[in-house]
Amino acid sequence: MDAVCAAEPHAARVERFRDVAREQLPRLYRIARRIVGDEAEDAVQDCLLKGYQSVDQLRDDTAAPAWLVRILVNCCRDRLRRRARSQEDVELDALEEFSLYRTIAYEDPFPYSDSLHLDFLAEFSVDDVRQVLLRLPEHYRIPVVLVYMHGFLAREVAEMLDAPLGTVLARLHRGRKAFEQQMWRYATEHGLLREGVR
Amino acid sequence: MISCAEAVRRLWEYIDDVVDASERALIETHLARCRRCCGELEFAHELRRTLTDAAQEDVPDDVLRRLRHTLEELER
Repeated sequence: MDAVCAAEPHAARVERFRDVAREQLPRLYRIARRIVGDEAEDAVQDCLLKGYQSVDQLRDDTAAPAWLVRILVNCCRDRLRRRARSQEDVELDALEEFSLYRTIAYEDPFPYSDSLHLDFLAEFSVDDVRQVLLRLPEHYRIPVVLVYMHGFLAREVAEMLDAPLGTVLARLHRGRKAFEQQMWRYATEHGLLREGVR
Repeated sequence: MISCAEAVRRLWEYIDDVVDASERALIETHLARCRRCCGELEFAHELRRTLTDAAQEDVPDDVLRRLRHTLEELER
């Protein structure tokens, strides 16, 4: 009898977990795509398994989506750490001084444009933007994806990453700078700045 | 008045409305007098939107089917 009673709450929690996870699958996949690219499906699979194994920690249904994202982010980080080529290899020089706005104005890639900065952004397809994001080191990319793409608060991201809020805010700032710097490099490397391609 | 560097550093937080009232006032005072920073603000808005737009993505049906299958396989 006791065993049955003990089993019921667990079974109910598993069922709740399944319901929440099913609803959150598209969002989990989109977040994972931006963090680990082609390994997104595997990262979500890892997340579902880990979530299931920790289902008894899930007490509050309203917190379940954020709880799942936290597990997913950790699964993504594990996958990034296992990759042979570290994302930290990306060269980010003089990050603090870099300004994409000023670089565009100074380099003036489209001399006949009267909306130079907006024309620069218009050269980027959605896929280009995603490729630029994947160039960022993990510790910048994760806060940028969660806050600027998926609407989490910096405070929530700090909880997910077990990091102080100040650290997350600093990484967001530097992550934005790194994103801007990589946009410029990507545009240069992929010929987006040639007047003829517009 | 705060400097251009200080104003620009806080532009994204300003756009996202996560600055407090006193910081907001300082930034707005600066923007009212600095045309270049207004250009930076417009650019930051567009860059922010570019990032948000890139978050939207259709999840392939076969991926969703496999992930749902994984969920169903978990102990009932």
